[in-house]
This record gives sequence, C-alpha cells and structure tokens, in this order.
Amino acid sequence: MNRTTRRYEGFLFVGPFLFLYAFLLIYPLILGIGISFHRADPFGGRLWVGLDNYARLLADPIFWQAVVNTFKLTLMIVPPLTILALALALALNRATRSAAIFRGIFFSSSVLSVTIVTLIWRFILTPDAGLIAKILHAMGRDPIPFLSDPHLTIPALAIATIWWCLGLPMMLVLAGLQQIPPDVYEAAALDGAGRWTTLWRITLPSIRRTLILVVMMQTAAQLQIFGQAQLLTAGGPSGASRPIVLLIYEIAFGRWELGYGAAAAELLFMLVLAVTLVQYWAVTRREAEA
Amino acid sequence: MTSLELSNVRKSYGQTAVLDGVSLNMEPKEFVAFLGPSGSGKSTLLRIIAGLETLDEGEVRLEGRRIDTLPPGERGVAMVFQHYALYPHMSVRENMSFGLRNAGMPRDEIEARVVQAAGVLEIEPHLDKKPGQLSGGQRQRVAIGRAIVKQPRLFLLDEPLSNLDAALRMRTRVELAQLRRRADAAFIIVTHDQAEAMTLADRIVVMNDRRIQQIGAPMEVYSRPANVFVARFVGSPAMTLLPATLVPGGDAFARIRLGDGSEVDTRVPRDGLPADGPLQLGLRPESVRVAADGTAQAEVELVERLGERTLVYGRLADGAAITAEDEGNSRIRLGDKVGLRIDGTAAHIFGPDGAGHHAAAG
Ligand SMILES: Nc1ncnc2c1ncn2[C@@H]1O[C@H](COP(=O)(O)OP(=O)(O)OP(=O)(O)O)[C@@H](O)[C@H]1O
Ligand SMILES: [Mg+2]
Repeated sequence: MNRTTRRYEGFLFVGPFLFLYAFLLIYPLILGIGISFHRADPFGGRLWVGLDNYARLLADPIFWQAVVNTFKLTLMIVPPLTILALALALALNRATRSAAIFRGIFFSSSVLSVTIVTLIWRFILTPDAGLIAKILHAMGRDPIPFLSDPHLTIPALAIATIWWCLGLPMMLVLAGLQQIPPDVYEAAALDGAGRWTTLWRITLPSIRRTLILVVMMQTAAQLQIFGQAQLLTAGGPSGASRPIVLLIYEIAFGRWELGYGAAAAELLFMLVLAVTLVQYWAVTRREAEA
Repeated sequence: MTSLELSNVRKSYGQTAVLDGVSLNMEPKEFVAFLGPSGSGKSTLLRIIAGLETLDEGEVRLEGRRIDTLPPGERGVAMVFQHYALYPHMSVRENMSFGLRNAGMPRDEIEARVVQAAGVLEIEPHLDKKPGQLSGGQRQRVAIGRAIVKQPRLFLLDEPLSNLDAALRMRTRVELAQLRRRADAAFIIVTHDQAEAMTLADRIVVMNDRRIQQIGAPMEVYSRPANVFVARFVGSPAMTLLPATLVPGGDAFARIRLGDGSEVDTRVPRDGLPADGPLQLGLRPESVRVAADGTAQAEVELVERLGERTLVYGRLADGAAITAEDEGNSRIRLGDKVGLRIDGTAAHIFGPDGAGHHAAAG
C-alpha cells in the first residue's frame, strides 16, 4: 500500500463524524456569519449591509440590557451551583442506601424538560396562588411578586435554574470524589489532618480538574440561558430579565429581522468563546505556576 | 517499660470474626514481623494499631499510654502503606511536611527534618517533584521519609517491599535494617515473605485463623514451631509431616514408628507427649538424607536441583509424602527408588491437638 492511500485511510474513520460536524455545526455557523452582514427576512430577501447590524446592536440599549442580564444570571447561577453540587456530592459520597436514594432524588430534576421545570417553579413562585404565597398568607404576610418585580425576576430565574441543573455537576463531582484512593485519606488521618485540612488540602486539590470542568461547562451553558426565562417571566417586566438568547429569539422569530438576530448570535458566540478562553487561560497559567 | 501492648484484641466484620483474643507485648525498639497467609488479619491488626480500624474488644497501649481511643494522628505512630498513599498533588517536600504542619511545628524545624530525612533516603534531588514523576522505588522512599520525619514511637509498615523488584527489595530491606538501628522507635512490619521476616525481625508473630499462632525469635519459630500450622508455614520447602505412633519402651526420649514400619529415634522427651492418639513426626528436609543404607525407602516424584543441594520429593511405602535432601550433583531421577536416612535428633513430634514437641533445648 502506498503512502497516499494510507494517509487518506484515516479520514474514512473520522469521515462520518467530520461530515456531520461540518454539516450541522460549521456550515450553519458560516451561514450565520453571512446572514449577519445582510438585512434578511425569512422569505429569502437579502440586502448587503456590511457591519451595519453590528453597529446597530452595539448602540442598542436593549441589547446591552440583555448582556447585563445574562452576566447577572450567570454569576448568580454558576458559583452557587458549583458550591451546592460540591456540598451535596461530599455529603452523598458514601455507600449507604439512603445516600444512593438522595443521589437519585437530586439527580432527578435534571431529567425534567424545561417546560416542566418552569411549571413547577411557577406553581411555587406565582404571587396569586403559589406555594410561597400561600405560606406567607398563612403567616399573615403579603405575597412576594417574584415574577413581576424587576429586582426579583433574575434571582427567581437563577434559583429555578440552579434547581434544574444541579444533578449533572453533582454527579461529576461525585465521580471525581470516587477517584480519590481511600488510602490517601488514611494517610491524611495519620498525618493528623482534621476535617477542614483534609477538605482543603486533600479533597479539593484532588477534584480540582472536575470543578474547573463544571465551572467552564456551566458558564458556557448559562450564558445561553433561554427556556426558563421565556416561560417563567417572558423576559419581563420590560426586559428586566431578558437574556441574550431570548433577545435573539425575539428579534429573529418575533420581528423576523434575521440579519440583526444573526449578528446578535455571532456576538454571543464571541462572548462565550472569550469567557471560556479567559477561564482556560486563568486555569492553565495557575497550573504552570504550581 | 514496654513499647506496644495489645491485650485481647477482638475484631469482626459483621458475622465474620477476623481477630480473636490477640495479645502481644513489644520491647522498646523491638522490630516485630507479622507473618501469615493472606486473609489472616495482619493488615487488620496493623490498622487497628494505627487507628484506621476500630476494635470490638481489647486495648492497645503504646509506652503505657492507652491509644485505641485516640484518633490516628495523636497515637505517636507512623505508617508506610503498601501502595505508598502519597498525596498526588503535593510535591515530595509537601508530602513529607504535611503531618508536621498539621501538628503546628515551626517551619524551619520542618524544613530541617525534611532535608535530613531526604538526605538519608537519597531523595534530595526529587524534593520539588510530584509523586507522579517518581519511580516506584523513589515513591517508596518518600513514603518512608514521610514516616521518619514524624519521629514516631512506632513505625507500622504494611508489606512495604511487595511492590518492588527483587534487587530494589533487597536494597530497601537493608535500608530498613539501618533505619531501625538509627531510629529510637519500635517497628512492626507486615509481610508474606519469610525471608523478609527472618532477616529483619527480632521476633516473628505468626498469624493464622484469627489468632496469633506463635511469637518467637526467627530461629525459634523455625526450629521450635508451636504447632502444625507454624511448622508447615515457616521454612521452605515446608516441613514433612508423617503419621506416626509412639513405640512403647524404656528410654527418656521418644521412639517413633512411621506408617511404613520404619522406626526413628528422636530427642523429644517422652514425658511431655500425649498418652495416646495419633502423632505426626515433623522433619525438615535437611534431616532426611538420601543414602543407599537408609532405613526408609521412597519412590521419587520430583527432583529440584538448586545447585548446592538437591531437593527430592518422594513417597514412602505407605504413600506418605516426604521431602529429602541430596548432594548438589545428585544423579537421582524421577521414579527411582531411594533409601532415606532419617536423622531423628532434629525431628519434631506433633500431638493430636497439633501442638509441637521438640528436642530438649541445648
Ligand atoms: N472492610 C472489611 N469488611 C469485611 N471484611 C473485611 C474487611 N477488611 C478485611 N476483611 C476480612 O478480614 C480478613 C483479614 O483481612 P486482612 O486484610 O487483615 O488480611 P491480611 O492478613 O492482611 O491479608 P493479605 O496478606 O492478603 O494482605 C479477611 O478475611 C478479609 O476478607
Ligand atoms: Mg494485608
């Protein structure tokens, strides 16, 4: 067999994947970039406008409001989510039957679809007949307008999201914890390490990579938060809880301004990419130092 | 003053008893080896002493202080684990200083101890490496170093050499011997390996079936085994055990008749032997020589040429297995019929209860 055939042989194996990857991801991405330079409508109308869409976006206060909302949501979701997942995993990392049951319970929320999650949280949060409102009423207090007070909608969205997304990070951390050999803990016990020392000096450094993975994955995911916001608050009141993806959806499929929406999507893509790269850089830099 | 005292330690996991009434007293600076087959509870006992396992009953004292109620870090013991158990994300230096830092020792003293131990173990060049960058032997040294810097009153070593290759094992064995000479501490080593136990230990604790079978100096365990188990377990190849009966009669020493009718004069006093019941005669290979004028006849089943001597495995006329020794240049072959000269002066007799009876000392 000559060199050239052997060189192409490898492509046969990755071919199907490469094809799907290119067709389903790379091609739409490039198509999107193309559309973002046009004024486009769903019926095929295309008018080249260059960077006009981007310029409009950067001058659009509604876009900036959505960016700020998205960052607020991400910051309110990712750190508590990571810490909760870690705490739960630490508590449930044992071989008892009750721990297994609780692992199942905490994971179960992740298998629900966003529609059901929203229904559940609407049932809890609505001011007129929600669970919290009823409890407050029984205590003789006024209901809290979680879904209509502009100061409360983002925290409410964050809480519902944390509840929904907790399962997978918890399982990842659990898997990380189970990789730590038990005799390392025994050595630490003989070295006189107390609970906190063991947690800080043994456990956390051992699952460092898992925690980094959880933070990076969740950051990238939460920057693209959409379903909960649309169903729970519809971005309201007056855009106070509208994240970027919801804005893109409204622009593209509400106002049918495909070019403008595509430009917003490209900006979001660059934002996610930039945040991820910064995180990656911060992590690898510290690793090189250590 | 005693070092470690175990009194009546009992341990079971659920229904399975693992240790039952284990007692032991160690001298200061004594080196003791726990020797026994797999599953005999050696590690469990070590872990109970270290505080990694609780005991159901009994007491553990170290230099007079009761320690079985203390957490592992406060017992004054240090342990070297079979798989090293180094902290993978810490450098060698941090690995060795972790325990001292937890004890709140001043930094300069920690550094001094770490550097000194690293010097002794020749791991100074690796102090800033992570365990993952070291070879198995180097990791083992770090694990030993981590124990040394604590200056414990008792070192616990769970099969510390079993993961090393033969050459490294010999070298580490020598180093352990040197360490015990320098250190002002007692040592317990758990091992499967008789040679290790024999060469390192002052006393060997032979364990089997939940109990200590015998505690004694290496030669004592070899030449005066307390029972059939110890007799078979210690020494390689294993001691031959032949069904035997006592020949009644005058002499102070027992005369034994074997299954094939041949008789052996032992140096075991007749007095202590059980009055009746089946006996077993225990013979080390070196007391059974191949000789044309031998008193017993055997058919050869296996010949093992070791160079300076030859081991001959055969069967006596009554079918009992026996191991004999011959010259290094022996011509014996499989299937040969050979005569065996049995030297009764070093023979052992085991009673119906398995207890050993030996030639009068001296
Ligand atoms: N955590 C446990 N749960 C149940 N049984 C256990 C546990 N740990 C040990 N055992 C049992 O206790 C017995 C003694 O085990 P131990 O590890 O002390 O043996 P060992 O003498 O060290 O053997 P080895 O030479 O193979 O290391 C074994 O039968 C083992 O199955
Ligand atoms: Mg063991």
